[in-house]
Amino acid sequence: MITVFWAFIVGGGLCVLAQLALDLGVGKVTPAHVLVGAVVVGAILSGLGLYSPLVALGGAGATIPILGFGHALVQGSLRDFTLRGWVGLLTGGFTATALGLSTVVILGFLAALLFNPKRKY
Amino acid sequence: MTKASKKEQQHFERLLRKHRPNPPVLRNTVTAFITGGTITALAQLVMNFFLARGVKPLEATAFTSAVMIFAGSFLTAIGVYDLIGRWGGMGAALPITGFANAVVSPALEYKREGYVLGLGAKMFVVAGPVIVFGVVTAFVVSLLRLLLWGVG
Repeated sequence: MITVFWAFIVGGGLCVLAQLALDLGVGKVTPAHVLVGAVVVGAILSGLGLYSPLVALGGAGATIPILGFGHALVQGSLRDFTLRGWVGLLTGGFTATALGLSTVVILGFLAALLFNPKRKY
Repeated sequence: MTKASKKEQQHFERLLRKHRPNPPVLRNTVTAFITGGTITALAQLVMNFFLARGVKPLEATAFTSAVMIFAGSFLTAIGVYDLIGRWGGMGAALPITGFANAVVSPALEYKREGYVLGLGAKMFVVAGPVIVFGVVTAFVVSLLRLLLWGVG
């Protein structure tokens, strides 16, 4: 149960930072800008070896926020490099994130076939 | 039309900032924390379920993402996730359920503009930039790490 508690704290904390970036950021900041920034920050922290400790502490609290996508891309590249050499640098990112990306594309397509947008009110 | 001078522009910016309503930062922070924390805590419950069944941690992480994507897609399709997003702000947008929402929502919305240029193209209106900047940054970061640290 302690893992769920830390997931709440770490996941909630990352969302607070993203919300502050959205509200206090200079210039025209949209949620899309914040998401892109979060992926970039996640990848950089991962490369510096700082994101893995956060995953060890927060579990899903660190992997489920989109920063975890950047982390998975970097770790996948480094892992495939050790397995396959330089070509792994280009294959690893997508290998590590393939399950999520395929799922989101297939479900997005199916959802659009089966459902219609709800009326905005 | 003459272009406004730098000074005039700055003056206008200041005027604009004074009259634009400030976002309720504290309230947004609290709702983002609660929403984001709840979503990731639920994800951890899913992950613990997989781990308890002997799934390896790396695969359990990927499976958990897939389950959360399913949940986010379904809640978007039935119109519930937009309500969560309106209350939770980035707390709903930052988790992978929000990524699913950013894909499914335009897919539904733009279906009427055709399956290829509507559904197929608009699906990636937010997910596309995230993947582009993610992949490019990850490539540069991984390359630098290998060149500077070696295989660690």
